[in-house]
Amino acid sequence: MNERQMTCILCPNGCEIDVRWTGTPTDETIRVEGNLCPRGVGFALEELTHPKRTLTTSVLVRGGVEPQASVKTAAPIPRESIEMARREVARVTLDAPVAIGQIVLVDAAGTGVPVAVTRAVPRRATERSAD
Amino acid sequence: MPESKRCTDVVVIGGGPAGLAAASAAADAGAEVVLVDRNPRLGGILNQCIHDGFGLHAFGEVLTGPEFAERCVARAVEAGVDLRPDTMVAELTPDRVLVCTSPGSRTRLEAPSVVLAMGCRERTRGMLRIPGTRPSGVYTAGTAQWLTNMANVRVGRRVLILGSGDIGLIMARRLTWEGAEVVGVVELLPYPSGLPRNISQCLDDYGIPLHLSHSVTCIHGTDRLKRVTVARFDDNRRPIPGTEFDIACDTLLLSVGLIPENELSRRAGVVLERTTSGARVDDRYMTNVDGIFSCGNVLHIHDLADWAAEEGARAGRHAAEYAAGAAPSDRLDLIPIEPGPGIRYTLPQAATRTAKRLLVSFRVVEPSDDRTAEVVAGDRVLASLTLRHAHPATMAQVEVDCGDGLDVDRLEVRLR
Repeated sequence: MNERQMTCILCPNGCEIDVRWTGTPTDETIRVEGNLCPRGVGFALEELTHPKRTLTTSVLVRGGVEPQASVKTAAPIPRESIEMARREVARVTLDAPVAIGQIVLVDAAGTGVPVAVTRAVPRRATERSAD
Repeated sequence: MPESKRCTDVVVIGGGPAGLAAASAAADAGAEVVLVDRNPRLGGILNQCIHDGFGLHAFGEVLTGPEFAERCVARAVEAGVDLRPDTMVAELTPDRVLVCTSPGSRTRLEAPSVVLAMGCRERTRGMLRIPGTRPSGVYTAGTAQWLTNMANVRVGRRVLILGSGDIGLIMARRLTWEGAEVVGVVELLPYPSGLPRNISQCLDDYGIPLHLSHSVTCIHGTDRLKRVTVARFDDNRRPIPGTEFDIACDTLLLSVGLIPENELSRRAGVVLERTTSGARVDDRYMTNVDGIFSCGNVLHIHDLADWAAEEGARAGRHAAEYAAGAAPSDRLDLIPIEPGPGIRYTLPQAATRTAKRLLVSFRVVEPSDDRTAEVVAGDRVLASLTLRHAHPATMAQVEVDCGDGLDVDRLEVRLR
């Protein structure tokens, strides 16, 4: 019997859960206690077999009201792919205007998950009126 | 003195999650609403909170801060709110007259209802009075977040974080992703003050150590921060001699608490509560000044933007009702709600006798397990809530069904 304590990160409740399993962790072999909702079981299983995280970072924007736009992976990606995905995103520069949902990368670090803009950046006015 | 003139029904000051929700709810309730915010971009601090975890309660999905802000703005536009960014309120009087300035103009607004939603700011090094030199490289966590996420400025390479508030934890991960080395988080209290999931996903994921019952006792460096001295602190929050050690770092982030930004409120005569540093309000979120309401982080610090928005929506509905003349001011007959054993504060601090349902938010004094929070009148328990993990970092809410109104002298929230 294996045992691990973990914090479920799926929602702000942050349940402290006790996970027990025998052999390979699967739906049948895993037992979870302390979760306030059923999603805790799925989280525990994924955390034991293949932990995933959402990457949230920024890309450079040319000619915008701000120099960068925030982005995220459209879904959580394997934790070990986060660093490579971040490096790929860091090489991207967009031209303003940038819209929410605009795809920045179609496939982050070979995970098949795209990276999308989360904060719109309007174009910077080239000339301001005198008053 | 120009003649008094009503410009609109409700003016909301502040365009963060609470203010936008208040404005939308007031407009939905039929009021004509103007929202002013001093920044060019609406959404408040959400815009720099590019991490996800917002919106689960308010929108039923996981969003980043900027996406949450965009939803709130879209909802306000749809509700017909007159949104005025780039507009700073310079003056607010008890008669609800506002003087606003914006680039190139100065305007005067007057309304029966004003909703305060100015948010909060961070505690600084000066407020902590940390001894030592004054080098560059010492930032509040939120300033570092703005520099990193909005201004594309690198804040440093080797980072120590003082305080385990959520912004500091989020920045530990953010700066790690940006290639900085985060050498640790130092927390004065024997327990973390941020959400457990942020300890897990921002520190534990990256092996960043958390030093509980420790704090910074000295800052060293001339031009740039070189190192800080850290010591163990006792239960009375005093450094224990002989436990000092130095940590080399070029950057120190402070995540040591937030302070409601109530300068305008004070000038309008709003009475503030010592424990929350926000206004004293009744269950309508009305302050001691008739027609002035308060919600969100300017009222008390929330752990989630979702809760700030929900509170804003409630305050906005009451502000609209008051503007329409439907809600009389009956503050002489308010029932005080007081924190009892184990409770740091309650919100609201008073209830109107006509309240049908009473939603009481509260925070506990210290962490403990398997507790029950009760709302009591004398020895009568009106409502209770089971708390498996009671923690000061988590705001809890209990609802009281008041039936046909409350006929009591005093309410107390206590922890059993």
